[in-house]
Amino acid sequence: MSGEHSTYTPTSGLERWVDSRLPLPRLLHDSFVAYPVPRNLNYAYTFGAMLSVMLLVQIVSGVVLAMHYAAETTVAFNSVEKIMRDVNHGWLLRYMHANGASFFFIAVYLHIARGLYYGSYKAPREILWILGVVIYLLMMATGFMGYVLPWGQMSFWGATVITGFFSAFPLVGEWIQQFLLGGFAVDNPTLNRFFALHYLLPFMIAGVVVLHIWALHVTGQTNPTGVEVKTKTDTVPFTPYATLKDALGVSVFLIVFAWFIFYMPNYLGHPDNYIPANSLKTPAHIVPEWYYLPFYAMLRAITFNVGPIDSKLGGVLVMFGAIIILFFLPWLDTSKVRSAVYRPLYKLFFWLFVANAILLGWLGSRPAEGVYVILSQLGTLYYFGFFLVVMPVLGFVEKPKRIPNSITEAVLQKRPGGTPAAL
Amino acid sequence: MMKHVLSGLLSAAFLTLATDTVLAQENAPAPAASHDAAAPAGEHAGAEGEAHGGTPHFPIKKPAQMSWSFAGPFGHYDKAQLQRGLKVYTEVCSACHSMNLVAFRTLRGLGYSEAQVKAFAANYEVQDGPNAEGEMYTRKALPSDHFPSPFANAEAAAAANNGAAPPDMSLLAKARGIERGFPTFVFDIFTQYQEGGPDYIHALLTGYQEPPKGVEVAPGTHYNPYFANAAALAMAKPLNDGQVTYDDGAPATVDQYSRDVAAFLMWAAEPHLEERKRTGFMVMIFLVIFTGLIYLTKRAVYAAKDH
Repeated sequence: MSGEHSTYTPTSGLERWVDSRLPLPRLLHDSFVAYPVPRNLNYAYTFGAMLSVMLLVQIVSGVVLAMHYAAETTVAFNSVEKIMRDVNHGWLLRYMHANGASFFFIAVYLHIARGLYYGSYKAPREILWILGVVIYLLMMATGFMGYVLPWGQMSFWGATVITGFFSAFPLVGEWIQQFLLGGFAVDNPTLNRFFALHYLLPFMIAGVVVLHIWALHVTGQTNPTGVEVKTKTDTVPFTPYATLKDALGVSVFLIVFAWFIFYMPNYLGHPDNYIPANSLKTPAHIVPEWYYLPFYAMLRAITFNVGPIDSKLGGVLVMFGAIIILFFLPWLDTSKVRSAVYRPLYKLFFWLFVANAILLGWLGSRPAEGVYVILSQLGTLYYFGFFLVVMPVLGFVEKPKRIPNSITEAVLQKRPGGTPAAL
Repeated sequence: MMKHVLSGLLSAAFLTLATDTVLAQENAPAPAASHDAAAPAGEHAGAEGEAHGGTPHFPIKKPAQMSWSFAGPFGHYDKAQLQRGLKVYTEVCSACHSMNLVAFRTLRGLGYSEAQVKAFAANYEVQDGPNAEGEMYTRKALPSDHFPSPFANAEAAAAANNGAAPPDMSLLAKARGIERGFPTFVFDIFTQYQEGGPDYIHALLTGYQEPPKGVEVAPGTHYNPYFANAAALAMAKPLNDGQVTYDDGAPATVDQYSRDVAAFLMWAAEPHLEERKRTGFMVMIFLVIFTGLIYLTKRAVYAAKDH
């Protein structure tokens, strides 16, 4: 979009009238119709569309749920059950919203993995990437606070454990924890502020999403070759090409989403959350939602003290560090080559990273004992090693494959019998 | 891309599989290897598990997977079974367990007529008020009332039951469930397994037995290898053969009672299950056709693209 002339031509009198006053239709046309995208985008590039859809689903279902929900410890649990039993299609709204959170995270993890694989964070897209990490952080906060609202056992104890992390920080820790809770323990003030914030944060996410898409449209999308767009033959207009590909991706994604909503709505949840919160009865295993499990595993992997840092603070630092490190990714990767397609070694380490993340997720759901602890420690080591050692070093030692001169060349090479002459 | 995703998932699966095997070997004599549900209970009971290292793992035995009419994409409640389950709940469970989220009016879902529901509700007394004189009073329950609790409050329930209040049963079928473990939890996505609660309830109710030799249970508790949190639980064996009289010819056995009450509790926890699955089927058909149309459109548009 940057530097390109707008191709929007108002056809009716009304359109011309609007265009000369607030050219919003022009903005939309230039952003989602005429906007040129690389011609070789594959389905890994459709997760952004899924995420937009999920944000909308969550906001719409959430607003309606909020009309029936009561954020007060003595009635919160039953108000959710009222939604499930007596509100028209309340069961659908609530299952959609609860599973929607999970599918939001499934999409975001695939989106992040796509970015890692194709080097989407490299110059000039650093700000685009950082905004993405900000969205991810906001999502985590929103998801966590949303899980507290039904006021079940896992809501209560999850909130207790996670806000407890902050007390690990020296000097200010206790103060931060009490500030978050609105008291000395998770109680009514906590529930109230979590509800307020859970309602607020999605709109902040929507705001950062606008910036994210703005930054995307300034730099243009990456593509599987990692070679920047050079000529017009390298691109196709967003509509109908990317629109249809996105629509197909979203539609398949919705089938899987519907499978969970209608046939196994409680698969991703924990049975204990159907037991009302009880501050006197600790569940046998306090397990966070699945999307936090890799970080939970890393938190618990730190079972030893390092100098003045005790194991608790160490674990908390490692857990927060695991996310903070993502902000520095554009400068940790020293390779000039963007796409993993032309980086044989990076490709290997990338898939190991994915496997390691899944393994850490599984370990996060296990009790912290025996061999699980050792495996978590190895997993944590690889997680940080990937960013702090593999990424910087590979740029110097790896011998990349030959990179095509242009996107068009790469596309034509892939085609059977295709030669540049076919142009 | 798809190929990469698959190979990534596969390698992850192998990794976890490998670690699983290691674990199973390491903990062979301890209940941690809960994968082998068939192993004799005697070797697995409480004390030994604790001695072996760290936390003891419960339940000692995993619940058997039963066949339920409400399982799967076309699942529906068996109304006769729900009515029998209601009878078991009313005559046995309700002596100690409340079910305070369930309103009498919803019993229409069990196939009862409005008059039958009214008559059923009238069997119960509920407290109401205050009246114009400011007095609380009791009256016969109406269909709009919920099942009244057997105890005045949680403290009274606890005091009458060795200090632990019997759990409310409204959501029990969704609030229980034994972890399935890897790789079963992966297969569950494809088989739509969501019946962990009823399976657990059935297993627990039919699982009471004499403790194996050498296993001591605390006084006031009852050995049951299916109990989720320990080797024995406070509730004594609640059901015995012939205890509840069925009028539809179903066998008067503990197994049958347990199935019926588990199915009833699933209904109590998820009264809209049938509607959900029916709606789901329509949504699925719509989405599949919709996806097919988008696919065809996309293919046509891309085929027409100049090279």
